[in-house]
Amino acid sequence: MGRKLLTEHINVEGIEKLDVYRKHGGYRSVEKALKTMTPDEVVEEVKKSGLRGRGGAGFPTGLKWSFLAKPEGVPRYLVCNADESEPGTFKDRELMSKLPHLLIEGMITGSYALGANTSYIYIRGELLYVLRILEKAIAEAYAAGFLGKNILGSGYDLDLYVHPGGGAYICGEETALLESLEGKRGNPRNKPPFPAVQGLYARPTVVNNVESIAAVPVIVNEGGDEYAKIGVGKSTGTKLFSACGHLNKPGIYEIELGLPVEEFIYSDEYCGGIWKGRDLKAVVAGGSSVPILPKELILKTAAGEDRLMTYESLSDGGFVTGTMLGSGGFIAMDETTNIVRNTWSFSRFYHHESCGQCSPCREGTGWLEKVLHRLVHGHGQMHDIDLLVSVAKQIEGNTICPLGEAAAWPVAAAVRHFRDEFEWHVTHPQEATKPGAIFPGKLVTA
Amino acid sequence: MESTAVKPQFSEAAKAEIERICKQYPEDRRKSAMLPVLHIAQAEFGGWVSPEVQDLVADVLGIKPIEVYEVSSFYTMFNLKPVGKHVLEICRTGPCMLRGSEELTAQLERITGAKVGGPASEDGLFTLKEVECLAACGFAPIVQVREQYYEQLDTPEAVDAMLAELRNQVHRPALPWEETGLSNALANN
Repeated sequence: MGRKLLTEHINVEGIEKLDVYRKHGGYRSVEKALKTMTPDEVVEEVKKSGLRGRGGAGFPTGLKWSFLAKPEGVPRYLVCNADESEPGTFKDRELMSKLPHLLIEGMITGSYALGANTSYIYIRGELLYVLRILEKAIAEAYAAGFLGKNILGSGYDLDLYVHPGGGAYICGEETALLESLEGKRGNPRNKPPFPAVQGLYARPTVVNNVESIAAVPVIVNEGGDEYAKIGVGKSTGTKLFSACGHLNKPGIYEIELGLPVEEFIYSDEYCGGIWKGRDLKAVVAGGSSVPILPKELILKTAAGEDRLMTYESLSDGGFVTGTMLGSGGFIAMDETTNIVRNTWSFSRFYHHESCGQCSPCREGTGWLEKVLHRLVHGHGQMHDIDLLVSVAKQIEGNTICPLGEAAAWPVAAAVRHFRDEFEWHVTHPQEATKPGAIFPGKLVTA
Repeated sequence: MESTAVKPQFSEAAKAEIERICKQYPEDRRKSAMLPVLHIAQAEFGGWVSPEVQDLVADVLGIKPIEVYEVSSFYTMFNLKPVGKHVLEICRTGPCMLRGSEELTAQLERITGAKVGGPASEDGLFTLKEVECLAACGFAPIVQVREQYYEQLDTPEAVDAMLAELRNQVHRPALPWEETGLSNALANN
């Protein structure tokens, strides 16, 4: 059983209240940082921890913090990205609704490290009920002197606010999020300038995922070196995986990075295997935008080694035989799953969520959806399959933000690993379009 | 031409809440309150934001109406046409699809008589809307109604329980800044 650094107390009765949270060690990192450490020392611990951005990109959090520009007399901001919208990902909702004070504690300690006196949590608008929970907890933190003026007599001031989105996946992209926070459409900005130099209100800004910020307290309490001892290589610490799809026990699991994928799927401690006694067909391991892998490649790398839940092992083999850890949105599909139909669903999502700013994405996601719709409904032709690959290639790398890649990769990967099934939709349209139709070809099994 | 219709006005409770929210941003950045204020407006005026309501939002924030229109049309949560008393937002994205969201949609259309993307059911109670990922994939299939998530709607019993609960709601649940829930949605009937 691995260590639970974030979720150890998540099921404690009343843990959403400040006094209960404090009884279980809450807010120690604020006291330690504000009373005994300089802001730079806090940044240093986060650097040493090796913590990597938990929203999907995996960029080292400490390094991101060290890039923040600090011109004299100019306010700077810490903004928490709680716009969790990557299909398959639902860890932050759980963390915020059950452990609101953990995020607030991380925001205080993090804001202190960055020298921010006003910070925001940008939460997706659908989670207004979680915003209410956070606002209640923030009010408690103000009353207890952890927020406001002269926190714990340290001379450090911080105001913390929660801001709701309005329903737009694109606002999970950090510059779109900042635009949205300024009351505008969520159109990603051209970079440079990066938010570290010109972010919210054109001021230096750090944007971090909920789970990254929630890891700051334990890093400050135990020290970056201790945190870095957990995990494998450059994948340090614990990570929340949200498991969904055809599993016996879908849900949120905090694991020590390095757990074998096979154990995660089949062990009763985690997902408990595939539902209805069926066989596993494929997995999308890190949220809908990462490449899908067939069973044989998600359990073992192309070299035949056990696939581990680390940034490196999941991406072993590049996109030819590997995938990415991404946001930890783990979607399992059983042997009856229609891969073409599922890919169409994801393409419809990206088409719907494209902000429309860059034509390769605006038009390309539409093409992907339309061609897949054709295939799914039995009107596809053989050359449509190559057309998908070609459109995906032309989106990739040609857009301001990574939504282009996020839309292109799942389609390219589905064709790469399940081409037979795409061809079956062309050669046997009547059979393939029947409700509940199952591809009769060779199931890709280990 | 001056409109003869009565211009919408925020309630006193909403006005106070809007002022509280505006204080969260720098003084010259009142526009930042756009999304939270649109949410309040939608809750106050029957679950949708008419052009007149959007003009009111612009007025309250001290910005041009076009700045509100371009935002309200970008974000999917804001309904730009009248809706039924309850808007059922059914998640249709991959993980929900794997656990039966298409069947759920068909079932809801059958029971309520409303069609996804169409007008409200004849009794004015339900509008059906398909939405993209609601970030609760492990509890699929899911429907959101205002601030409430209804999860694991994979049995007829679960669906019936949700609909019965909604049918029994005379007013929408009160929000933290309100004394009581509002009944504006009923005014459409």
